[in-house]
Amino acid sequence: MERFGASFLVAGVITFLLGFFLQGVMPVLTLRKVPIASVEDVTREVTPELAQLAEDYPEEFQASFGAATAESMRTAVQEGKAIYVAEACWHCHSQFVRPVSKENLRFGPVSTPEEYQNLMHLPHLFGTRRVGPDLIREAGRHSSDWHLAHLYDPRSVAPYSVMPSYPWFFTDDRRPTRRALALVAYLQWLGSWIPESERVGGP
Amino acid sequence: MIATVGGRPLVNLGLVRAHLTASAVFFAVSLLGGLAYAFQFNNLYPFEGIEWLSPGRVRLVHTNMAAYGFIANAFIAGILYAIPRLTRRPILSDGLGWLIFGAWQLIMTLTIVGQLAGYGQAIEWGETPVFVDPLVLVGLVLLVVNMAVPIFQSDEPGLYVSLWYFLAAFAWTGLVYFMGNYLPQFWVPGTAGAAITGLFIHDLVGLFVTPIGWGLMYYFVPLLLRKPIWSHALSLIGFWGIAFFYPMQGVHHFLLSPIPMYAQYGAIVATIAVEIVVVTVLVNFFGTLHGRSDAIRGNLALRWFYTGMVMYGITCLQCAFQVTLTFQKVIHFTDWVVGHAHMVMFGVFGFWIMGFFVELWPRAVGRPWATPQLLTLHYWFTLIGLALMVVDLTAAGLVQGFSWGALSHFGESVVASMPFWWVRTFAGLVIVAGQGFFFYALWATAREPATAPEALEAAA
Repeated sequence: MERFGASFLVAGVITFLLGFFLQGVMPVLTLRKVPIASVEDVTREVTPELAQLAEDYPEEFQASFGAATAESMRTAVQEGKAIYVAEACWHCHSQFVRPVSKENLRFGPVSTPEEYQNLMHLPHLFGTRRVGPDLIREAGRHSSDWHLAHLYDPRSVAPYSVMPSYPWFFTDDRRPTRRALALVAYLQWLGSWIPESERVGGP
Repeated sequence: MIATVGGRPLVNLGLVRAHLTASAVFFAVSLLGGLAYAFQFNNLYPFEGIEWLSPGRVRLVHTNMAAYGFIANAFIAGILYAIPRLTRRPILSDGLGWLIFGAWQLIMTLTIVGQLAGYGQAIEWGETPVFVDPLVLVGLVLLVVNMAVPIFQSDEPGLYVSLWYFLAAFAWTGLVYFMGNYLPQFWVPGTAGAAITGLFIHDLVGLFVTPIGWGLMYYFVPLLLRKPIWSHALSLIGFWGIAFFYPMQGVHHFLLSPIPMYAQYGAIVATIAVEIVVVTVLVNFFGTLHGRSDAIRGNLALRWFYTGMVMYGITCLQCAFQVTLTFQKVIHFTDWVVGHAHMVMFGVFGFWIMGFFVELWPRAVGRPWATPQLLTLHYWFTLIGLALMVVDLTAAGLVQGFSWGALSHFGESVVASMPFWWVRTFAGLVIVAGQGFFFYALWATAREPATAPEALEAAA
């Protein structure tokens, strides 16, 4: 009796491990050939979009993150990702471009595994629903002004949108706070590794 | 039935009642969260501009309370009732049972507060804040110890099918929870992390909710029909088929993603295989019903169970198609998947839980249902509301998917979805109205004067 009962527990562990190996460990083993880059590796440059953000909101950026250096940008991008997670943006915006439905024309180059092989994608934010568009090719698609207006009142720049507004990212006189700047920095970082010649515009 | 073992009552009805009550409370939270969130899609969100009630955060509460507040609590109540009666042994310790009850409700409260405060974790179905995860794991281990000991102590000659499912689920749940909440969060970045997240999304439903749900079906259905399950051979095929194929399909949540294609194809094949196995389980249950189908009319619990099983058949048939790359191209990222999720979590497991309530609540509170006619209304409102929601979201998904494929402006797909989102909100209101009857019936029954147990048995 006892051994019989234990066999179901053991079967549970074995079937779990088999599935985990096939669907979890094997992709890890396949991708192990691509080294995992650090956050520093993927945020070495102040990209034009990030430079523009600091330039457009000089006082706010200075007060929140200091001078527009690679270090301050890295802080902003990392904080922005945390806010993206806290507000569960990833429930309505995916972060990968599929090789079907002409998504390469809508968003840009089809996603490859190497792109995600760095610690900025720990945890990854692939997402499973697109109430709004995919964001993995967002860098440079919109200006930072557009992003801030969109976060404050989405319908003001995208009349069809059903996105919630995020007034708590702004001061009472509607200036962006540290959170707003960080989130926009993160959005402008997403896809910044795609050369400008391969990017596509439009929603 | 043995009422007591060594002076202890066989079933701790107080614990069953506590878990059922908690399940109903968090079900209400989940419903209200879902309803509020639906209004966002009509640009009529009731709490606009309030940071702690931002739609994104409220959605986390909606899904997490559905899975861990509503379903998990009701399932714990179910196994607290079924395991002692199947093994003729009470649970290991009533004190431990109450400790787990308290801990689980604390976890739920921390989850709600944490998510509304902006500490949700970025793992789908695992959004429980990172600081709550260790507590969940400890709670699960204690639960398994408390519930598995009577199974091992039992001197019943055989181990009934339900207990196979419960034991396998005991092994699976903790492993799945640890894998999903820790590996992609702390150790495995990017694409490989996504593969593990997919496995978690899948396994939470497949290796926790499904086995406990089916285990309880194997317990309650023959009991209420007063006849044995149709075929022991099909029970065996069903269990081992599910145990073998279910854990190896996680990547089907991220098809056409950068995850290696062999993992995607493997997931597709395993998914189609398990749908075939599922048919054997359904055949077994409908074989059991054969000749007694009048019971569906007379017994509301059985009606909930079999309605859930029909939904299970539909979702599984849907799975076998939607897992193919041809379907994925159109339906992935759309409301089709949202409709599918509602049909599984509410249409199947939620419906079964309603059946447990119908059967267990009078026993747990010691009074017959005060308002049986409201329960019938509850059934029809819930069924019609949910069916409308699923059909509507499925159609919306097709509209969205083809709109994107045609390279229309993204806004066009949103505008085209608007009428569907209105219908969804309406369907949600129908469901919520139905649950109003249900909550009132629970409350009205609990406050009735106590009834003698013999009268209760006769009424049931």
